[in-house]
Formats: sequence, C-alpha cells, structure tokens
Amino acid sequence: MSNVEAPLAVLHGAVALVNGFPLLSGVDLEVAPATLTVLFGANGAGKTSLLRLLGGLIALSGGEASVLGVDLARGDRRLLRRRVGWLGHEGSFYDDLTVAENLTFAARALERPMPDLDVVLARMGLESRRDTTTKQLSAGQRRRLGLAWLVLRRPELWLLDEPYASLDDEGRTFFDELLGEVVARGATVLVSAHDPLRSPTLRPRTLLMAGGRVVEERS
Amino acid sequence: MIRTAMLVAAKDLRIEQRSRVLLWQVVPFGVMALLLCGLALGPVRAGHSNAAPGLFYVVVVLVALLMINRSQGVESTPGTRASVATLGLDPAGVFLGKSLALAVELWLAGAVLVAGSVLVLHTALHGTLVALPSIVVDLGALSAAGTLYGALTSGGAGPATLLPVLSLPAFAPLLIAGERSFSAALYGGALWQWWVVSLVALVAYLALGILLYGVLEES
Repeated sequence: MSNVEAPLAVLHGAVALVNGFPLLSGVDLEVAPATLTVLFGANGAGKTSLLRLLGGLIALSGGEASVLGVDLARGDRRLLRRRVGWLGHEGSFYDDLTVAENLTFAARALERPMPDLDVVLARMGLESRRDTTTKQLSAGQRRRLGLAWLVLRRPELWLLDEPYASLDDEGRTFFDELLGEVVARGATVLVSAHDPLRSPTLRPRTLLMAGGRVVEERS
Repeated sequence: MIRTAMLVAAKDLRIEQRSRVLLWQVVPFGVMALLLCGLALGPVRAGHSNAAPGLFYVVVVLVALLMINRSQGVESTPGTRASVATLGLDPAGVFLGKSLALAVELWLAGAVLVAGSVLVLHTALHGTLVALPSIVVDLGALSAAGTLYGALTSGGAGPATLLPVLSLPAFAPLLIAGERSFSAALYGGALWQWWVVSLVALVAYLALGILLYGVLEES
C-alpha cells in the first residue's frame, strides 16, 4: 500500500484517561487523508477529547493509536503537534496581543515566513482589525482569527472543535467554502459539532459519538 | 532554545506592556505592603530595627507570587494552551523565556521597592546600594524558581490542592540568602558568602527548570 492510500490516523480501542476519568473508552477509527470528517454527539460524548488525542494534546492511556505516522503510545507527541492545526471553541490566542502580533508570534515559533499575512487577513474580513487586541474582537472574529492562522500555517491535519459556534450565516457559508478548498488541497479535516453538518456544498463522513466511543457512521 | 526563549520573553513583556498589570496592580500592592510594614514597626523604631531586610524580602516574595500568577495566567486558558502546544516550542526555551520576562518585571518592581525600603523602612542608603547586586541576583533566582513553581501549581489538579502552599518553601533558600546579604550590607557581616548562595540557587533553579519544565507542562 502506498503512503498516499494509507490512513492518516488509525485508532484501535483507544482509551484516554484524565485524573482517572475516562474521556475516551475504546475508540476504533480510521481516517483517510484529504477527507472531511464530522464528529457529532451530545455534550460529554468525547468529541473534543478525540480531537485532542488525534492532535497529541492528551496522552493515550490504552489501546493503539497512530496519527501522521506518529505512534501516540511511544512516539514524541511534540513532533506530531507541529504538523497539526487546532481551532478550539475557547479563545486560542493571547488576549493582550493584537491580531498581527498573535499571528507573528505563532509564525516565528514555527520559523515560518508570513508574506501572505495581509492577504489572508483581508480574506477573513479582519484587515481592519490587524492592530486590534484579541480581547476586543467579537467571538465570531476570534474564530476567523483562528482560521486565519490555520490558513497561513497550512497544517496537514486540521482539528476544529465546534467551529460553527459564534458564526453567522455568512460566516458559516464562508467556512464551508474554506473547508472544501482545504480538503481539495490535500489536507485532512476533522470537525466536532453538536449536530450533523447541514452544508449544501460539503459531503463529509459523519460519525456519531457517545460515551467516549464512535458508535455509528452515517452517510 | 535561546531563540525560543527570546521569542517567549518578548511576547510576555509585550503582554505586560499592554495590560499594565505590573504598573497598576502589582507595584502599588508592593508599596502598600512596605508602607504597612513601616507602620507596623512604628515611625521611631523603623530606622533602628534590623527587621527591615526581612520585611523587604517578604514583600518581594508576595509581589513575585502575584507576578508568577499573572505569568502563568496568560497561558492557562484551555484554547491558548492547545494552540500554543501545536507550535511545538522547546519547553526549556519556554522556561528560560518566561523566567527572563519575569526577571525583568521583578527587577522593575524591585527598583521601586528598594526606593520604598529606604523611604519607608528607613534602611541606610549606602547599605541598600551595597546590597543591590545581591538583590538583583536574588530576584533573578526568584524568577526562575517562580516560573517552575507556576508550572508546578497551575497545571492539572494543582490549583485545587495544597500543592501551591506546600511548594512555597522552595523560595526559602532565596529568602534566607537575600535577607542575610541585605542585613550584612546594612549592618556588616558576611555579604559575599550569601551572595554565592544566591548565585548557586540561581544556577540550580535554572538547571531544574530546563530539565523539568517540559515534564510539568505535559502533566
């Protein structure tokens, strides 16, 4: 099997415990590259925890898991994280830094040049907020800032935790278009949501989670 | 590691410059604490008491605790933690950068407190100036110890346990060495020996931080 066809992430009976509490209780999952997958389910179903596990942000406590070729049980999760983009439903940036300062800090941390900063900010509708501190942004603008960072960074794996929260209709449409482009360019995207995606343009793989497991796949 | 340290230090100092927590909250608190110490000694006894160096360092530790809390606070929202984690920064560099920024802030606050010590606790100006090099080293060591303390007590279940209180004795060697060297500068005695103790503590805390900060972050 060639690398192109190999799954980007493979989980067998993956368990994640935090302070003895099971966040994930045996997840079996394969994610193909360049696909869009939506995880949906009730609060506490394990959607965010699964995204965090896939990003190397929490430790694997049991079972087997490999993401982007990194074994989560034995490999260096820090190496995995550098290849992953995370957009949380909480604020993901420093409140007292401006939009441009936040993005510049992240780019310098990754040793990436950012020639496209102004272009991407314009595309995200944030060009007038370039020098605004993050705490002065609305929730929707913060979400767009997170997206701007992911677009600039172009990670191999996008992990988006409830990205549609705080977005208006225009924002949702824009977001759908962006996800379509990202997947078309070869990136893999996993999105968590309370409900299945109702996008007229995207045809994602949809997985239902409950009790810390993937319990059903819906087409 | 040094590049990461400079990046993180610049970011923390920019956040402080913008939020002005040091200027409007921490330094006024320290000055008020010194003033209360002076009032507790009484206007007549303050100039003749040898308690001034000890009181000065108690106030310095209280100020440092506020600044440590602030330094960790800017990193502590779950979203920021996750998105910064995906930058894959070298933990040793992060430790050194946060320590450096904290040291700069402590030195600025220390300059005001030293002046306050002369004015409010009536420490002799010449003796206070002689003590300055040891105060500078002590504050540097305190910033390294404080950054380690912040990482130890802010993550996981730390804040909800007695860990922050039980970890406070980690500052004891610095408090003792600082008080002894300040006393020696004011009233005569073995100034250099205590300065060496502070230098050794600085090196030890830096070494511990470089080795352990990543482990504490992961936990």
